[in-house]
Amino acid sequence: MRSGILAEFDSADALAQAHERLFTRGYRRLSAWTPYALRSIGRTEGRSPVPLWMLVGGLLGGAFGYLVQWWCNAVDYPINVGGRPLDSAPAFIPITFESAVLAASLTGFFALLIRSGLPRLSHPLFEVEGFERSAVDRFWMGVDDADPRFEERLTEDLEKMGALRCTRVRASAEGGAP
Amino acid sequence: MTLASATGMELLREEPTGGEPVLLEPGTDAEITDRLLAPLWADWPWFKYALAVSGLGACALVAALTYTVITGIGLWGNNIPVAWAFGIINFVWWIGIGHAGTFISAVLLLLEVRWRTSINRFAEGMTLFAIVQAGLFPIFHMGRAWFAYWLIPYPSEMGLWPQFRSSLPWDVVAVSTYLTVSVLFWYTGLLPDLAAAAVRAPSPLRRRLYAIFALGWRGDSAHWNDYRATYLIFGGLATPLVLSVHTCVSFDFAISQLPGWHSTIFPPYFVAGAIYSGFAMVITLMVPARAVFRLEDVITKNHLDNIGKMLLVTGWIVTYSYGVEAFMAWYGGDRYEMHEILQNRPFGPYGFVFWIVIACNCVSVQALWSRRLRVSPLALFAVSIFVQIGMWSERFMLIVPSLHDDFLPSSWHIYVPSWIDWTILGGTVGFFTFLFLLFLRYVPFIPISEIKEMRREMREPAGRLAGAAGGGDA
Repeated sequence: MRSGILAEFDSADALAQAHERLFTRGYRRLSAWTPYALRSIGRTEGRSPVPLWMLVGGLLGGAFGYLVQWWCNAVDYPINVGGRPLDSAPAFIPITFESAVLAASLTGFFALLIRSGLPRLSHPLFEVEGFERSAVDRFWMGVDDADPRFEERLTEDLEKMGALRCTRVRASAEGGAP
Repeated sequence: MTLASATGMELLREEPTGGEPVLLEPGTDAEITDRLLAPLWADWPWFKYALAVSGLGACALVAALTYTVITGIGLWGNNIPVAWAFGIINFVWWIGIGHAGTFISAVLLLLEVRWRTSINRFAEGMTLFAIVQAGLFPIFHMGRAWFAYWLIPYPSEMGLWPQFRSSLPWDVVAVSTYLTVSVLFWYTGLLPDLAAAAVRAPSPLRRRLYAIFALGWRGDSAHWNDYRATYLIFGGLATPLVLSVHTCVSFDFAISQLPGWHSTIFPPYFVAGAIYSGFAMVITLMVPARAVFRLEDVITKNHLDNIGKMLLVTGWIVTYSYGVEAFMAWYGGDRYEMHEILQNRPFGPYGFVFWIVIACNCVSVQALWSRRLRVSPLALFAVSIFVQIGMWSERFMLIVPSLHDDFLPSSWHIYVPSWIDWTILGGTVGFFTFLFLLFLRYVPFIPISEIKEMRREMREPAGRLAGAAGGGDA
């Protein structure tokens, strides 16, 4: 969200209800900031692509792990151990598996950071009064003013839905929230 | 209805003990957060003494290892034929202890077992520090620890590559992967709690430090969406990983030809033993922490009861494996195998170790059939100590008797550990405790955001099912 209205709620239910209502009214540029994951809001976010990236990362990692072993032991420095095949696949499986898990996990962790734009220690949202409690016990929602259905009097609606307070934020020169 | 409930997992999840609650804490989210963060800000008068004592242990470890590196590996009691001894006993013991942490955080996550939530961070910390101890042993056992990097396939000017058809490079990759994945899993889970700690910390310096480690986490719903998906896949990856790591460890033995080692039961047998000893370590650490930090409402009797049951189950798997091992030795008809397992282990020069193993691993754990003992912290703690002694002795029983009398009587030799061996073992216990104390002091060791999420879900099962049915979570 770059600029729009921020509303603060004191319970997950109030936030979830307000979110649901605006979503059914057709608002799509909604954001939420919560101390823990809310499944009902997660539903509107769509499916995360990170698991797919992890799958691809894992497959590439496993292939690379096998390739390294094959190159080392069958091509570049072949040692005949009791007449066994140089490309001895069964003996290469443990490391192939471990490399796949390692690559998938690293992909997942860094994909999570990159997609979330983290680490980012300074963020315009942190300047909003009271926002820090979103890490503890407050539930925040944002409606982007780029949403075609956005109107300034949404503030009143949100307050009727139980928002403790609403803040109008505008993108400043330093750049707003993504 | 979810798949889990249809297959009967619901039973394990909702009513694990027939009524003991998973969480007793009432109060608001803010109160819960402050309550669980309080140990970080409180003054612990005993902390510096405990840290000093364990720090002395860590110093002893450094001293003994330095002495070993300067003088040579001959300081250890190892000989030929007992070339492995303490170096590998301690390695297997420590890495096994780590496995329960991963089991709790990954397997129980996938099964949606609720009692996992209060103790998973704690158990993951245990895993990390146990892997650190385990990793020391192979490195120093090599004798010339400064060449440890030769195990990594890098294009060296010698033109040599590691031999990947040996089980030792498997171990290197398995253990280093395990450490890395455990750190990632642990740190990902920590992010929201570090963000909460950054808000609640009493001094600006601490606020700043926790904020830096939280990487600017702000609980955006889009981030949560990726977070949940990634965390779940981490659990899915860590589950086979934990099995594979101890399987690789057991291959060190199983793919060799030695009587008592060359056996197909080793991988599952080792994994069960690992989780057994790890659960024992979770209890050993959890019971004192629960009492000191007054966490009876977060780590309830339900947790004690369930971990006690896990200990009993894994204890029986281990007992069964001992039985199968002996049966297969007899049924296989190989005279060396029979001599080793049926004669040398129970009645040989190291026979007393065998009987310690049976007493600790198979007999003492039977106390946990009693529910009264399972929910008694003191009884559980006592059993956990027995199990740890038993599991360490089991590794001794597997390794030393097999090596000291193999095929040729002319090469038989008795092994006695040296005082350096004992110092290093004791030193790793000190170093482990040292790291664990620092972890308790500076890291939120109960997952706060997960506890809050669980509280909400327990209050509203309907919302939870609706969320699960939506399918947008993972």
